[in-house]
Amino acid sequence: MVELADVDLSITLCGVRLPNPFVLASGILGTSDTLLEKAARLGAGAVTAKSAGLHPRTGHANPIVVDWGAGLINAVGLPNPGARREAELLAAAKARLAPLGVPLIASIFGGTPDEFAEVARIVLEAEPDILELNISCPNVHDEYGEPFAASCAGAVSVVEAVRPVCSVPLFVKLAPNVPNVGRIAADVVAAGADGITAVNTMPGMVIDVESGRPVLTNRSGGLSGPALKPIAVRCVYEIAQAVPGVPIIGTGGVTTGRDAAEMIMAGAWAVGVGSAVYYRGLEVFHSLRDELAAIVQHHRSTRVEELRGLAHRPRVASQEAVEP
Amino acid sequence: MSSPGGRPHLPVECAPRLRPGGPFGLLPRPLTIRDVRRENSRTATFVLDGELPEAKPGQFVMVWLPGHEEAPFSLAYHCPVTLTIAAVGPLTRAIHGLGPGEALWLRGPYGRPFGVEPETERPLLVGGGYGVAPLAFLAEHLLAAGRRPAAFVGGRTAEDIIGVARLEDLGVPVVVTTEDGSRGEAGLVTQPVGRFLARGEGDVLYGVGPHGMLYALARLARAHGVPAQLSWEAYMGCAVGLCGMCEHDGALLCVEGPVRHVILE
Repeated sequence: MVELADVDLSITLCGVRLPNPFVLASGILGTSDTLLEKAARLGAGAVTAKSAGLHPRTGHANPIVVDWGAGLINAVGLPNPGARREAELLAAAKARLAPLGVPLIASIFGGTPDEFAEVARIVLEAEPDILELNISCPNVHDEYGEPFAASCAGAVSVVEAVRPVCSVPLFVKLAPNVPNVGRIAADVVAAGADGITAVNTMPGMVIDVESGRPVLTNRSGGLSGPALKPIAVRCVYEIAQAVPGVPIIGTGGVTTGRDAAEMIMAGAWAVGVGSAVYYRGLEVFHSLRDELAAIVQHHRSTRVEELRGLAHRPRVASQEAVEP
Repeated sequence: MSSPGGRPHLPVECAPRLRPGGPFGLLPRPLTIRDVRRENSRTATFVLDGELPEAKPGQFVMVWLPGHEEAPFSLAYHCPVTLTIAAVGPLTRAIHGLGPGEALWLRGPYGRPFGVEPETERPLLVGGGYGVAPLAFLAEHLLAAGRRPAAFVGGRTAEDIIGVARLEDLGVPVVVTTEDGSRGEAGLVTQPVGRFLARGEGDVLYGVGPHGMLYALARLARAHGVPAQLSWEAYMGCAVGLCGMCEHDGALLCVEGPVRHVILE
């Protein structure tokens, strides 16, 4: 019998140690150094800052988020202070996180591959532990057109531009609404990405029937929360098959320890947490850690890594198949 | 209980606990305007056809006008839902253009409410400008808990003073201050509050209003060693603790506020 206290939830992503696999997802509470520290103190194993672009942006007008029943839908519109100010914010966050042993993930976006590279150069001055490329935001289509994550060529173009300037592990955040997420993952890894964050939100729309208007000011938005989880689990499964051995931060609708275990069994190394902060409050990280530890124990394991990719085991052959 | 393999079953997290909005979520829903009461040239109170029986004073709702924006407003009352709104921007001016029979879309209530402070008898309720909106709701709550509240309402001029009659109707004594002396005592609302505390005529502060007033009330509370619950106004984005837009001093005001307790050393 494994004692709960003996369960080790720590993991390592490209040499970066996380005390537990739960990563605060980009766009959630990541708008300031104080909130990033808050998430770390609340038990996150790593924290991702809100995506930054080259220039300051105000984002979309309210409503930007609503709970439609089986999940949330949001179109916040990438508000951020611009790369220069973001680098200061990241440096301040890094200083606050260092004593806690919680790594910092910077997230960036851009309108072109070269702009991605320029933003990367600027924010990397703050020495984040990992750089995440947000090539998959579904809510800025009017300004930026089709996300880079929509095609292998688009995704690869950003990685090729950023890789030469990136001195830290480079993760790419992929979109769920593509015909073959595994192929895109394989191509970005071939282009030099060190890891994959999967997935971003799923494009959707909610219309208010009384007024006949979309509820979000941006009209469409990204679905997250429970509705996204099975979509995300399947994407992570496909990616793990396409790029075995490449670290994956499995993100999308994880609300409980069981959800996290599913994500890890699909092949995730770490698990992103976003909408769950709404569903379960700021205590969510502690709850998730306890629940996941109980599941690791249930499987008579001492390390969470032993659950990784369990769902990929071959089917047990049926009686008919083995008997002549 | 054991599974066939002899291992205990894993606990299953209870679904309702994980779905605060229920199966249909917490989408904005339309409530018809029943009555509009003008408070002053900028401010009007909208009484809506709907109730939020579980809502507490200090909580807020997100108000959406389709085709316009959505913004947070503290509840002036819960049954019926009542909102005091100043016309200060495009959304609030559009709301002021509405009359009885038209609708506002609401989601909520959200946020931490005011609470009855244990072992206190004489709460001092302080409102600055249109921050006075939730004070009568709060006063009713405190009266029901056996407290004897007094209220302080401050504004720049007599024109800015609202909500006094509603407090007096509850039997709550009200001290009015204006910066230009055009109504009540001349000066800031924190002056009479300080006098009351110095005379021992108050043992807890409740405040809603501009941040400068709240900081002054926090200093008064610490100086006199009385607890204080202050409601910090902020622009809310998601209102559910995700977007970070309402951060104030490291706190998320939408879920860890708007009411914050002053920590006494």
